[in-house]
Amino acid sequence: MDPSAVASLLLVGLARAMILFIVAAGLTFVLGVLRVPNIAHGSLYMIGAFTAFTIAEVLGKNPAGFWIALVVAPLVVAAVGLIIERGLLSHLYQREHLMLILFTFGIMLILNDMVKFVWGADYRSVTPPEILDGSFTLGDFAIPRYSIFLLILGPLVALGLWLLSNKTRLGKISRAAAVDREMVGVLGINVSWVFAAAFVIGCLLAGLGGALVAPTTSISLGMDHTIIIECFLIVTIGGLGNTWGALIGALLFGVSQSLGLLFLPQYAIVFPYAIVVIVLLLRPRGLLRSVW
Amino acid sequence: MFNKFVEPRWLLLTLALLAALLFLPLVAPLFYIYIISVIFVTALLAMSLNLVLGYGGIYQFHHAVFYGVGAYTAALLITQLSLPAWISFPAGPLVAALTGLLIGAFCVRLTKLYFGMLQIALGSLIWIIVYRWYDVTGGDNGIHDIPLPEFLTSIHGAYYFVLIIAAVCVALMYLIIKSPFGATLQAIRDNPQRCEAIGINVQHHQLIAIVIAAFFGGVAGVMFVTVERSVFPGLLFWVLSLEIFVMCLLGGWFTFAGPILGAAIVVALRTVASRYTDYWTTVLGIMLILLIFFLPEGVMGWARERFKPRASAADKRGRELDAAR
Repeated sequence: MDPSAVASLLLVGLARAMILFIVAAGLTFVLGVLRVPNIAHGSLYMIGAFTAFTIAEVLGKNPAGFWIALVVAPLVVAAVGLIIERGLLSHLYQREHLMLILFTFGIMLILNDMVKFVWGADYRSVTPPEILDGSFTLGDFAIPRYSIFLLILGPLVALGLWLLSNKTRLGKISRAAAVDREMVGVLGINVSWVFAAAFVIGCLLAGLGGALVAPTTSISLGMDHTIIIECFLIVTIGGLGNTWGALIGALLFGVSQSLGLLFLPQYAIVFPYAIVVIVLLLRPRGLLRSVW
Repeated sequence: MFNKFVEPRWLLLTLALLAALLFLPLVAPLFYIYIISVIFVTALLAMSLNLVLGYGGIYQFHHAVFYGVGAYTAALLITQLSLPAWISFPAGPLVAALTGLLIGAFCVRLTKLYFGMLQIALGSLIWIIVYRWYDVTGGDNGIHDIPLPEFLTSIHGAYYFVLIIAAVCVALMYLIIKSPFGATLQAIRDNPQRCEAIGINVQHHQLIAIVIAAFFGGVAGVMFVTVERSVFPGLLFWVLSLEIFVMCLLGGWFTFAGPILGAAIVVALRTVASRYTDYWTTVLGIMLILLIFFLPEGVMGWARERFKPRASAADKRGRELDAAR
């Protein structure tokens, strides 16, 4: 086997894993603090990607377009999330998981139709800015710049989330609320707004993931269906609510898929699912400790 | 002895409904007959899920897998091996039940959300194989124009076949729920710890329930093949699993007939709404959210509360007594 082919596939897998991690981190954060398995998370990611496309389109050749999209798209998604949380979800926290899952499924159905209504069913694409386009060459080995960018950004997001949940007041409260929300309320903290903030952070990450994936793939309806199932699996093998678990899960998922391309190209996508099944058979509650 | 199982007026109502459905094709236009056949298939699928979900309290998140496995088994045996229908049709539910045994055996070690997640993982593995294995399953194209026996090729033939099989399956499910096994299952749903304490093997019972539900899900899958004469990977996709969930919720998941009603409403609404709009799923989504807010017990659950004041008064008294203690 050609070592440079292996290396470049590995790089592709790692870059893909970073996007998966960013989206899954949002999912697991919401799951950890709110205990809501948010099925609409994939739709929010899709909205992020489409919004990034529109912004890049409107700004045309402006080189700053991509960077603006990277900031604005997550904010748009966060705004959508805030409306959903304050308007509907905040009234349902007392309900059982099953109801919450079905509620977010309903939101997913509506958001998907909204995307269809606004952007249509066509395939869209975004070109990365010049500085991230193309690749470095290292000897006879080409490294796509965008992959490097993702590989830098992924750990930064992980670090940011770690700082947020360990060093800030909001993070500490939300970790406490995850363990015992009633007690936190008794201490005089407005849990409702902590939950809203947590949900919005989750949505920001979904939007960021969507904006980041935009230059790497074609954007289309249905992109939410695959990402949400992948993220759910990643979150599950990582341990529900555990950010580092999401990182490990995303790496396992992304890398196993790209290495699968080496052996059985047609069935490459089967590998990550098989890995998930193996992990869950050995450690049914995930690799790292769940916050539940 | 029969009285113990069924209240006479419900029995009469059921028989009347069956008789009406038997004579319906004589008067109804073909399109309606087809839609009602689809309702039978969907209702059977929703009921099989409710067996584990409503009566077992098991988070069966990926029930569609068994539906799809049943459908694909029958379709593949007919198209790839050219086996006759009387072998390939029963094979569908059996393979589905076997899949249920395999997936269930791993899942019952877990509870609630983790159970559901593991089931989604295992189910998605099957889905992705079906989706990718072009040579055999036709990949995302699926298999179309599956040759069926002569008597099933007409819409009327398929209608009667599906009606009879669905009626038999519903009766069987009713007997299962009313059996000691069904009672145990409901006890496990209400209090697994206590059941464990009095010596019931909880995981064992749950596994059997999953296998039974998978079997009936597989029957529904084969019925799908008879009505549509095609299969596609969407039958095993997780979105469909959630749609079945919605049907159970809509009808009422602690009621026996609820899922039938839920399936009928969803199929009818989809047929009507998609005539007027491309945005049928928005209708479903809005309906779902309204349900969760205003009708969490479903239509049948609501009707039971609404029209049985005596029962609820007794309930209330019981609750007061409990509170007094």
